[in-house]
Amino acid sequence: MDDPFTPRKRISPILLAILLVTLLLSVFALFLGFDAYFAGDAESGSTYMILGATTLALSSYVLYQTRKRILKSALKTQPINTTVLCEKCGLKNVRDFQRGDYIFKEVDPCPKCNKKMLIASIYREVKEKGKGEIQLG
Amino acid sequence: MRLKFMRDKGRKIAITTVKEIGKPSTDPTQRVDQFLEYFAIAPVDLDPSGIIWRLEHLLDVRDIRFKDDVRLMAPQANETQTNNLENMLEAALALNIIYKVMRHFYILGKKTFSLYIIMQLQMVLPLIIREAEAYASALKAFTEGQPIGDGAGALVAAKLMRGHKKTQIAKDVVMAKMPIEGRTAFVIKAEGPGANVGKPGEAMKRLIEENNGKVALTIVIDAGLKLEGEKPGEVAEGVGVAIGGPGVEKYKVEEGSLKHKVPINSIIIKEDVGDAVSPMRKEIFDAADNAIQRIKRLILERSKKGDKVIIAGIGNTIGIGQ
Repeated sequence: MDDPFTPRKRISPILLAILLVTLLLSVFALFLGFDAYFAGDAESGSTYMILGATTLALSSYVLYQTRKRILKSALKTQPINTTVLCEKCGLKNVRDFQRGDYIFKEVDPCPKCNKKMLIASIYREVKEKGKGEIQLG
Repeated sequence: MRLKFMRDKGRKIAITTVKEIGKPSTDPTQRVDQFLEYFAIAPVDLDPSGIIWRLEHLLDVRDIRFKDDVRLMAPQANETQTNNLENMLEAALALNIIYKVMRHFYILGKKTFSLYIIMQLQMVLPLIIREAEAYASALKAFTEGQPIGDGAGALVAAKLMRGHKKTQIAKDVVMAKMPIEGRTAFVIKAEGPGANVGKPGEAMKRLIEENNGKVALTIVIDAGLKLEGEKPGEVAEGVGVAIGGPGVEKYKVEEGSLKHKVPINSIIIKEDVGDAVSPMRKEIFDAADNAIQRIKRLILERSKKGDKVIIAGIGNTIGIGQ
């Protein structure tokens, strides 16, 4: 079932651009660090490498967190089940909820004994919370 | 952004559903927008004497006005659909108010450069979002006519009164007289399956008066808010009137039972605020049978054979027949 309350907006393009530039700069700093290190300038090399590695780690973390927040904001609804029961022979049929269903409503006759069946229950089953989603209610 | 998204989607769903169910001859958008701006002014409380009756009158006027507006918006809707549409529009109205109040404080904080206003908003935002999500979920349930968690009490009463003759005892409230464990039980609930809470307090008060106060026991069953850490669908017992809302119905029962010294017991089915307005969870549905066992045990322990007892299932009876 499509959830109409799921925001479809992705990460802000400006934030994404900033993150990409930071990532590129950190890779560039790492490259400079290796270059300086192998050229014999160990001091500059290690400074560049530390700077590059730290920036790379931080920007990756921010990107991961932003992605996680988007997943969290996706509200997932659970399907609603309707149980149709024959009180005479006990035949049970579980199906998706349809508009117009209500508890104790008499529906189609039972295919086994031809007595009118009734809606015995309507409920939603809530699965345990998974990562990146919120249960409604 | 998320609150605005929910508000806008709520409005859109409301308009679409009104068009789909009500089949109006003109576009209902303007009327829906007017509905989303409705307000009710609480009665003056400087002189609290008689405030309950003034509040009840205001709530009645509001209810009539809402129903009339829905009938104008959706002329083809039947009584059940009208009730469902009314509740759906009320959920959309709540989303609109939440969004506008939050926006008000946000703009106010920015205008006055007050970090404290912004900080307060930031601090309460998770709770507000939770509430808004609950209303968004309610809106969907009302659109489809699905039973909601708040109807737990009504479900218990419906299970008890099934197969017995029902009569209307107060506005939107039905009553069934039946034998339970050798006692005469008067079971009441709001009239379903449309979205309805009725006036259960009025019905209970009337039953106590009609029986000249000779009622051995009153049991009220309702959905109750659970604390974090508690499981949804847990059943708990207590004393007092378990009726939510503005307090008018609760007051009537308290007054009637005090006059005749009728003991009031309550049974609550625990759920959180989100569950209360979302489609009913399986745990809450299953808890109804547990609550019935508790009712029977209470009747056996607290009354004698031949006594009269009142059992009231409280809550919104959307999606629950009788």
